[in-house]
Amino acid sequence: MSERPIQFYFRGSLHTVQGPAPTRTVLQYLREDLRQTGTKEGCAEGDCGACTVVIGELAGAPGQEELQLRAVNACIQFLPSLDGKALFTVEDLASGPDAPHPVQQALILHHGSQCGFCTPGFAMSLFALYENRPDCPTRDAIDHTLSGNLCRCTGYRPIVDAAREAYALPRTLLDRAPVIAALKQMAGLPSLDYVAEGRRSHSPRSLAELAALRERLPDARLVAGGTDVGLWVTKQGRTLDEIILIGHVPELKRIQVGAGRLEIGAGVTLSDAFAALTGFEPQWAELARRFASTPVKNAGTLGGNVANGSPIGDSMPGLIALGCEIVLQKGSQPRSLALEDFYLDYQKTDLQPGEFVRALVLDAPAPGLTRHFRSYKVAKRLDQDISAVAAGLAVHLDDEGLIRRARLAFGGMAATPRRAAACEAAMLGRPWTPDTVRLGMAALREDFAPFSDVRATRSYRLSVAANLLQRFWLETSGGGGAPVRLDQLHPIQPGSQP
Amino acid sequence: MNAPHARTVQHGPQVGRPLPHESAALHVSGAARYIDDLPELAGTLHAAPGLSTCARGRITRLDLDAVRALPGVRCVLTAADIPGSNNCGPILHDDPVIAASEVQFYGQVIFVVAAETRDIARAAVRLARVEYATDPAHPPILDMDSAIAAESWVLPPFTLTRGPVDEAFARAPHHLHGHARVGGQEHFYLEGQISYAQPREDHSLHLICSTQHPTEMQQMVSHVLGWRSHQVSVECRRMGGAFGGKESQSAQWACLAALLAARTGRPVKLRLDRDDDMVATGKRHPFQYRWESAFDATGLLLGLRLEMASDCGFSADLSGPVNDRAICHIDNAYYLDAVALRSLRCKTHRVSNTAFRGFGGPQGMFVIETVLDDIARHLGLDPLAVRTRNFYATEPGPRSTTHYAMPVEDNVAPALVAELAADCDYAARRAAMAAFNAHSPVLKRGLALTPLKFGISFNATHYNQAGALVHVYTDGTVLVSHGGTEMGQGLYTKVRQIVAHEFGLPVEDVRLSSTDTSRVANTSATAASSGTDLNGKAAQAACQNIKARLAALVAELAGCDPAQVEFAEGQVRAPGFSSGFAALVMRAYQARIQLWDAGFYRTPKIHFDPITKLGRPFFYFAYGAACSEVAIDTLTGETRVLRVDVLHDAGQSINPALDIGQIEGGFIQGMGWLTSEELWWRPDGPQAGRLMSHAPSTYKIPTASDVPEVFRMKLYANANREDSIHRSKAVGEPPFMLALSVFQAIRDAVAAALPAGRPLQLDAPATPEAVLRALGALDEPTP
Repeated sequence: MSERPIQFYFRGSLHTVQGPAPTRTVLQYLREDLRQTGTKEGCAEGDCGACTVVIGELAGAPGQEELQLRAVNACIQFLPSLDGKALFTVEDLASGPDAPHPVQQALILHHGSQCGFCTPGFAMSLFALYENRPDCPTRDAIDHTLSGNLCRCTGYRPIVDAAREAYALPRTLLDRAPVIAALKQMAGLPSLDYVAEGRRSHSPRSLAELAALRERLPDARLVAGGTDVGLWVTKQGRTLDEIILIGHVPELKRIQVGAGRLEIGAGVTLSDAFAALTGFEPQWAELARRFASTPVKNAGTLGGNVANGSPIGDSMPGLIALGCEIVLQKGSQPRSLALEDFYLDYQKTDLQPGEFVRALVLDAPAPGLTRHFRSYKVAKRLDQDISAVAAGLAVHLDDEGLIRRARLAFGGMAATPRRAAACEAAMLGRPWTPDTVRLGMAALREDFAPFSDVRATRSYRLSVAANLLQRFWLETSGGGGAPVRLDQLHPIQPGSQP
Repeated sequence: MNAPHARTVQHGPQVGRPLPHESAALHVSGAARYIDDLPELAGTLHAAPGLSTCARGRITRLDLDAVRALPGVRCVLTAADIPGSNNCGPILHDDPVIAASEVQFYGQVIFVVAAETRDIARAAVRLARVEYATDPAHPPILDMDSAIAAESWVLPPFTLTRGPVDEAFARAPHHLHGHARVGGQEHFYLEGQISYAQPREDHSLHLICSTQHPTEMQQMVSHVLGWRSHQVSVECRRMGGAFGGKESQSAQWACLAALLAARTGRPVKLRLDRDDDMVATGKRHPFQYRWESAFDATGLLLGLRLEMASDCGFSADLSGPVNDRAICHIDNAYYLDAVALRSLRCKTHRVSNTAFRGFGGPQGMFVIETVLDDIARHLGLDPLAVRTRNFYATEPGPRSTTHYAMPVEDNVAPALVAELAADCDYAARRAAMAAFNAHSPVLKRGLALTPLKFGISFNATHYNQAGALVHVYTDGTVLVSHGGTEMGQGLYTKVRQIVAHEFGLPVEDVRLSSTDTSRVANTSATAASSGTDLNGKAAQAACQNIKARLAALVAELAGCDPAQVEFAEGQVRAPGFSSGFAALVMRAYQARIQLWDAGFYRTPKIHFDPITKLGRPFFYFAYGAACSEVAIDTLTGETRVLRVDVLHDAGQSINPALDIGQIEGGFIQGMGWLTSEELWWRPDGPQAGRLMSHAPSTYKIPTASDVPEVFRMKLYANANREDSIHRSKAVGEPPFMLALSVFQAIRDAVAAALPAGRPLQLDAPATPEAVLRALGALDEPTP
């Protein structure tokens, strides 16, 4: 590890930064230091997308590296997180003064801007989509791409149309070769130890290096995607004197699948983690769709969501329901524990000084039993909202249809994500029937005494938690054939069968 | 390929073309400059306000020593430092720029800091030590019920009675009573409040401000500084959204920046952090209603008694006119024969609520739609049939005058609604939906078609005026200034089309300058949907003055009548005469003919008595209708809007693409107000009155996935019968209220899930929790 400036690929060449504090955001640096003002600040908390930029990284095995382009929120990314990467902003899109990018042309043609303040952010999200998908995506995929971009003027329809229109225009792709060459060149840099304004950030480039640093600096703040810690700085005005960025540790970015086991490194982004989870157990799909926004999922990590230990973290109920183990490491010593045992109290975990989260591990269902699993999220808005209630529900049935194992975990109901012990006990050994579900629903009231807050009242949380159990039964038992999920419905067609 | 950057000039009539927004190419490339993007003047300081942490109390200690001591801080001001009047209230003087000692809401400005960087200013603010004295006998008033009980008003209650109400109730065969609430709404303009004050020589100041009302900024800043208007100029090129939130409430931030600039002699930029913006600026007024209705067996409304209360917050701001507009829209498209209305303007210890697209109109219409829906459900009739039954007459007569005494002369609601109902297959879908609901216990569908009639003009007659300044340069290009501001609605684009149309030029030859009080004076707010109506006419008038001089020159040269001179296709033609526009202009210059001029417009026919609230406040009405189909999940209360069909009357559209954009955008914004957008304040405890939905993480405006799968917009062919600019109709606000169909459709779906005969009580916003509560699924009453 050596003290050196931050380096990244920007505007066609390698760009070096020395001077701004390590917690200066990419957005501040762009707008205030470089006076590149195309990228806007709308909220400074990663929720509106006006600051969307695209980050380029190498992905794939050595020798077969590909350029991966992903939209992230510049407003909550610290500058050192760019080290060794490529940064693209709205100013990079046009290939000449009179040659806008297809997504820009399409936005103009479809009247996709009114006040125009959010537009550069939309253009960047659409640019990432356009680069990553060869064919025009579905409406749902476009919506998902835009889940982190707010527009208050247009009502979105013209922007969605523009996303499609871009594919009808002559295809214009980024020249990737020079970017890849630059990224490969930077791959050989030593680990970054960046010091400015009396503050320091470390970006270890191996697990061993991280482990040693962590032991030496137990009080330094670990930062993975920065989608929460970023707000400590932009919103709470906190100063972080020493941070350790884990985003450059290759061992933490691994996903290992095999022998009925899935291991997700703590540095794996939520986007990649949910793809892996959904591959492992398709019932993650609903949560994967609703969890945060695309730019937040591209930056944030599953390990960060879990380590943060928020009572409203959306991934934990599902992980707990599936019996997830969390792997911690101190020095060279790993230890594992059941994820539900990791959470001790409100924002208090079992993480010891000098220890860090290394991975999350899921095992395939035990043979001989039939497992039903669902992961639900209920919030005021479909996309990018914080849950009022989240639920991860798993029951294992034997050949006679009796419940042999039940792991029913909820978020938003207590100081930590937690299993519903009374509810599980009430259902265990009974058949998977409406009567048993009713018993479970009644018992849930003994398990939780949630708060009322900005997201929902206590009463709503209690009712919905119980109702989700009912939905779980309806979805896994047929429930008489009538639709039970809003996403199954389309506008009614008179004359067709209801 | 239709590359927008390729400069393919299109001749011919410029009005009626679906041109892109004049800044579209700049928007998509990030090159459109907003105030924070402008190069900063050397020495610029950055400001941040200090906000109160108490909803009602007296400041007993304001220790700012640590704030001043932070390196980089250059100036800290409190109320005592204000040289002029400490007020930014637009009508009443009840709105301090900086609270002196009495704190009236959680988040009120109590001091302001300027520092070398914005980060330093924000860090300094946190170092203040503030203590408050609170009176347990006088806790903060945080809801309308408490305000009504305490008779706490920002303005006195107002009553309006039309017709023999008691008699109507006595004679009516059916009666119902009801109550409802509708929440407020955060504007969530993407560009937050920002002002950049630049001191100039000899006690003058230029302010670049994201504002809908430059003239009011100019006046407010001069009052606060103790100056006169000619010392202050205010400029705005574009706003990153406004929606009413930058009408009166951009003033406070402009005043603070100006105070700091005047004190330090340095340029000062004040850009609010998003959270501060949401906490410290007003919102749409929450309303609550109690009513009694009297009606016959066909659903015809015979009498209505209505108490309509609004939460104005701690000061009057624009609450008077907002409530007046609400009063003028409780009829929506319906004739109210006998009505007794009581309008309450509650003073609470919350941020002062303000203008927001619709300006009270949505809240007025909200209640009548619910009143009629209840009647339909009570009688077992189709709600659309009851709505139709109550429409104003289309011919002059007793059923075509509003409760505020204005004749409705342009009523197209019946025809428009019939056209939409047929187009969207309303009846067949309603039947199919009933069949679906009968076999779907968990998910229920709902459908509703609601009409819209919205009055166009400021209720306050004197605001209905505008000026413009048009320069024709000797190369034939044109620069236009007017008093309207561009907030994304496309005003500049439409005025550009209007001016190009007048001169027969392609739009590329016409450019709009920023709006600046030093170019056009005494401007009205760009509000009340009136931007194009007023400024378009003023710009047209200026063009016509110049054209008249050019025509006189041509007439002299060609020996014809000036009336025979035509401006078209970049040419000026008369019998036996033809010249390019630019060549003629040069010739006119050499003949010493004035090539620039001002234009002025005042809306005709209108008058309104602010005391009785009677008159003809509106030049005309805009109409529309929407049919919304929704589904609700009875397990979680979540809703989804599946299909929306809109037919809207924009008159003879000047730019159909921009008008469709206003309709769609307004609709989705209205849908947000009525569904996911919920403001939530701490109800009690030491932080009582603190807004907790103060950021996009906790306040949820719609996203792309909330847009219905089927979303059909159509313009209704209907030239304005009044002489508006090119017979168009204002389109900024009206479509917002089309979203009432979404709320009524959710009611319809809730009704399908309720046991027959059970009353339907749903408050807005229809959040998942509100829906579940309406379904009777929660065991605790409304908190």
